[in-house]
Amino acid sequence: MNGADLFKPAQLQARLSRSTYFVSAIATFVIALGIWSLISRSGFINPLFLPSPLAVARAILDSFLNQGYMVDVLTSSYRIMLGFTLSAVLAIPIGLLMGTYKPVEALIEPFNDFIRYMPVVAFVPLCILWAGIGDGQKILVIFIGTYFQLVLMVAVAVSQVPREYLETYLMLAGSRTGHRYVPEGGLWKVILPAAWPTIFDSLRIAAGWAWSYLVVAELVAADIGVGFKIMQAQRFLKTPYVIGGIITIGLLGLLTDYLFKAAAHRLFPWLQER
Amino acid sequence: MTTGGTPKVSLQEISKTFQTRKKEKLIALDNITLDIQPGTFVSFLGPSGCGKSTLLRLIAGLETPTSGQVLIDGRTVSGPQGNVGMVFQSYSSFPWLTVRDNVGFGLNVNGSKINPGEKKEFVDRMLTLVGLQDFGNVYPATLSGGMKQRVALARTLALNPSLLLLDEPFGALDAQTRVILQDQLLDIWQSLDATICLVTHDIEEALLLSDLTCVFSGRPGKIKKIVRNPFPKPRDRSIQTQQDFLRNKTEIFELIKEDVYKAMRYKE
Repeated sequence: MNGADLFKPAQLQARLSRSTYFVSAIATFVIALGIWSLISRSGFINPLFLPSPLAVARAILDSFLNQGYMVDVLTSSYRIMLGFTLSAVLAIPIGLLMGTYKPVEALIEPFNDFIRYMPVVAFVPLCILWAGIGDGQKILVIFIGTYFQLVLMVAVAVSQVPREYLETYLMLAGSRTGHRYVPEGGLWKVILPAAWPTIFDSLRIAAGWAWSYLVVAELVAADIGVGFKIMQAQRFLKTPYVIGGIITIGLLGLLTDYLFKAAAHRLFPWLQER
Repeated sequence: MTTGGTPKVSLQEISKTFQTRKKEKLIALDNITLDIQPGTFVSFLGPSGCGKSTLLRLIAGLETPTSGQVLIDGRTVSGPQGNVGMVFQSYSSFPWLTVRDNVGFGLNVNGSKINPGEKKEFVDRMLTLVGLQDFGNVYPATLSGGMKQRVALARTLALNPSLLLLDEPFGALDAQTRVILQDQLLDIWQSLDATICLVTHDIEEALLLSDLTCVFSGRPGKIKKIVRNPFPKPRDRSIQTQQDFLRNKTEIFELIKEDVYKAMRYKE
């Protein structure tokens, strides 16, 4: 494709080949790395504040080879998985009911919003008080950070399912439904499948927040984990290790995102066939 | 009407009032009384906002009348029931199911015990009926609007409803596709013994397909006139050039013209 064609009307929302997509994505990473490397080579900034990409790469390698970094990465990932799974397992059914039944929404949503607006970071000291500084505290922070957002996103996704789908179900299930409220079958056979892709996207977005909240929790009090390693490096002014930690989290987040996208591709074949 | 048997659908002094956000009362349907005999094709024709879709939803059991009652086969309607099928104008087929699974969906959820072999054969028959035999394994997203409506029609017909409710099923389609689907629907109806109620704002569609065309007035919705089709069943599109057809078309247009203008001024 020629550069001038890039923004022609025909390209609006048009599909891109996998290889072009991949090359474009890599190009942005390379450019970012190039700018970083130029700045650090120019000598304008003290390496203490901004070490070179090479120094950071060396720090990451050293962490893995000599400082048991793998254990930190795995511990952090395990905390994310547990906290995030717990939050999703509760948010999906509750959000489903909230988005379908107005009385449930009335009971839960205002109170949920009240908590949702409280800053997660402010809960960190409380969580230490309640759950100590082990895994329990990290999981609690991740849960508080993601559950109250996720439940709302699920409820919104569910409430946007066209009414026609549900009414089609009611007409097809006929007398079996009996009453005029959503029969349980409609919930599983129509509302959930119709809302699944949007719910799944919400999970992907919330998983990103889970990583931020985990690191917040680990920065304040921990004896293991990527956030703990960042805090330790900062104490000794080992900037390459701080940036190395941040980049590690970025890469783990990217991996999480990829896994979600790959799963969505397999779960929702009907979205690919446009 | 002269027949003596139980009407398929009996609307008895039906009124439906909605409350608007400003707490005003909005009368959608005002005192509608009508008997529909078994096997009849009836159209509800009128400008937008005349309550014709509401009436269909009342017959379906998706809404309850404010006063009066709807009887199907002599029994009061209190909710959706098994022998009544409905096709909506939009979002009619489920995008997450293949065409085949869409058509078989009703057989899974309506509680009928049908074995997989029988079901497959039956779904195949329905797909052939609507001309989709080669599209069983694709998802609706790949289909045109007309094909999606045929999926919905096949899914509804699969349950062999004795009463079929169609809420502007061709309203969102292009003119050529609509013509083809009208012909198909006419053929299907003439080969079955189902009663059909069709909501439409297309005068020619109503006059071609239906035995009775109920012309609605604008808000509050009332039946202004019932036009009988002078051409008996079986009929086809060739009647559209006949004198009687054209006269009815002009007459109905004159009847609803004023309401259409009104509807244009106060859009809901």
